[in-house]
Amino acid sequence: MIKAPFDVATIRSQFPILQLPSELPVAFLDSASSSQKPEAVISALADYYRTTNANVHRGVYQLSEQATFEFERARGLVALLINATHHREVIFTRNTTEAINLVAHAWGGSNLRAGDVILLTQMEHHSNIVPWQLIAQRTGAVLRAIPIDSQGRLVLDDIDTLLQGVKMLAITHQSNVLGTINPIAELTRKAHAVGALILVDGAQSVPHMPVDVQALDIDFLAFSGHKMVGPTGVGVLWGRKALLDAMPPFLGGGSMIKTVTIESSTYADVPARFEAGTPMIGEAIALGAAVTYLMDIGMANIAAYEHQLSAYLIERLDEVPEVTWYGPPVGADRGAMAAFSMTGVHPHDIAQILDGEGVAVRAGHHCTQPLHVALDVPSSVRASCYLYTNTHDIDRLVRGLSKVKQLFG
Amino acid sequence: MSDMYRDLILEHHRYPHNFGTLDPHDVSQEEHNPLCGDRIRLDLRIVDNKITEVAFSGKGCAVSQAAASMLTDELIGMDLDQVRQYGKAELLDLIGLPLDKNPVRLKCALLSLKALKVGVYRYLGQNITTDELD
Ligand SMILES: Cc1ncc(COP(=O)(O)O)c(C=O)c1O
Repeated sequence: MIKAPFDVATIRSQFPILQLPSELPVAFLDSASSSQKPEAVISALADYYRTTNANVHRGVYQLSEQATFEFERARGLVALLINATHHREVIFTRNTTEAINLVAHAWGGSNLRAGDVILLTQMEHHSNIVPWQLIAQRTGAVLRAIPIDSQGRLVLDDIDTLLQGVKMLAITHQSNVLGTINPIAELTRKAHAVGALILVDGAQSVPHMPVDVQALDIDFLAFSGHKMVGPTGVGVLWGRKALLDAMPPFLGGGSMIKTVTIESSTYADVPARFEAGTPMIGEAIALGAAVTYLMDIGMANIAAYEHQLSAYLIERLDEVPEVTWYGPPVGADRGAMAAFSMTGVHPHDIAQILDGEGVAVRAGHHCTQPLHVALDVPSSVRASCYLYTNTHDIDRLVRGLSKVKQLFG
Repeated sequence: MSDMYRDLILEHHRYPHNFGTLDPHDVSQEEHNPLCGDRIRLDLRIVDNKITEVAFSGKGCAVSQAAASMLTDELIGMDLDQVRQYGKAELLDLIGLPLDKNPVRLKCALLSLKALKVGVYRYLGQNITTDELD
């Protein structure tokens, strides 16, 4: 019934964790939190430490040159994935969170004035809220949020009013709870029309669909390696070269300088200016392997498959009358995840019982407390898919929910 | 897992003991866990340093609500010195759940104990040390 543009069984065989011998193999439905890793990525990480380990941009010896070459090659691969005009626009950070903090502090610290508005949305992850609050407190800027409707879509009727005085629109591409895919290109046009910049939180979009920074015409994009079959410890900030060039440093230290005296320093060009200290070399190289892996399968193919998974997930959840799921109906603007509640049973209890059935889901507020206030539930259960998810995983989820009903019915 | 939802827990969740509020009361303490939204309010009547009546109300997962229900049964007749001695080990014994490796759910189980301790210490006008709550 689902026809994947690639062989899902082959994909699954490439993920060692999905092959672990077990009486109760895990139906892993928490990829939105952190994805599993294919052998190609795991071995790229290990190979770096086995064969190439040395600091980058420093040594004149062979190993260091090799490490530098691989590290910079990974940067180039990331630039290709998101269609950046130049690999120098790609900055390695620890994760999405650090990438957003970098922009909030380096750009916000030197561009925001008292009364300037930072526009967010009600569905943001805390990592796209708190950094802006910190810089707002320092600069006197104010925060505003685009509301959502009952189907978990942004309410854009008053967007022109909401955009008044806005200097930065910071918005998620895909909600990590509702699955809503936001109309970024349209919002970018509107933001630019009032002279505002747009930062896109791509933590949930870059892993799952083609994201082209030039086609979207955005200014900044943040995402995490660990959610896109890459390792933890590495993320990306992409920014327009002219904007990055004009930004002061975020963290100070080695690697990010040109000259240093005791009194003052001059700073390196981007991206080095924003990569203080020894970077996550092995992790960045392994992220390069993850990007290669995803591009070989094809982001459009992954998106097409996940679109079918999304429809299947919702269709199966609809068979359980006690389940209320959140977000838009199945369609082009919904990703392959569903946050839901079940009448009379707390999300923690649901997740715990599912765990006993070998189904891994997340329960809680998923770092979106303002969104849960808007949904008027303290927490929810979330099942999220990726390219290695199959319909059997979703069937096991639904069977687990029957068990929940049985225990709590 | 099934251990986690043994019949006693589900029974207390379905039919909680001492559910409600007390008015008037000597202690009324509400605690909540911002992570999952669990909420417990514990009301006590105290006569001569002894708990004579108890009620709880709240919302949340089966573990937090059932633990509160079981705890209230224990409290009637307890004196405040005993309350000060009563800790995590006693509560876990009482509810009989294997939560040592599950810090997230442990917080659920301990929410009513936290309300009890915070409320009683405040009643006594004493400071509570945080390790007593962990
Ligand atoms: C939409 C969104 N933004 C930001 C983040 C933060 O990512 P990280 O924890 O890797 O910084 C996440 C992941 O939890 C997310 O889903």
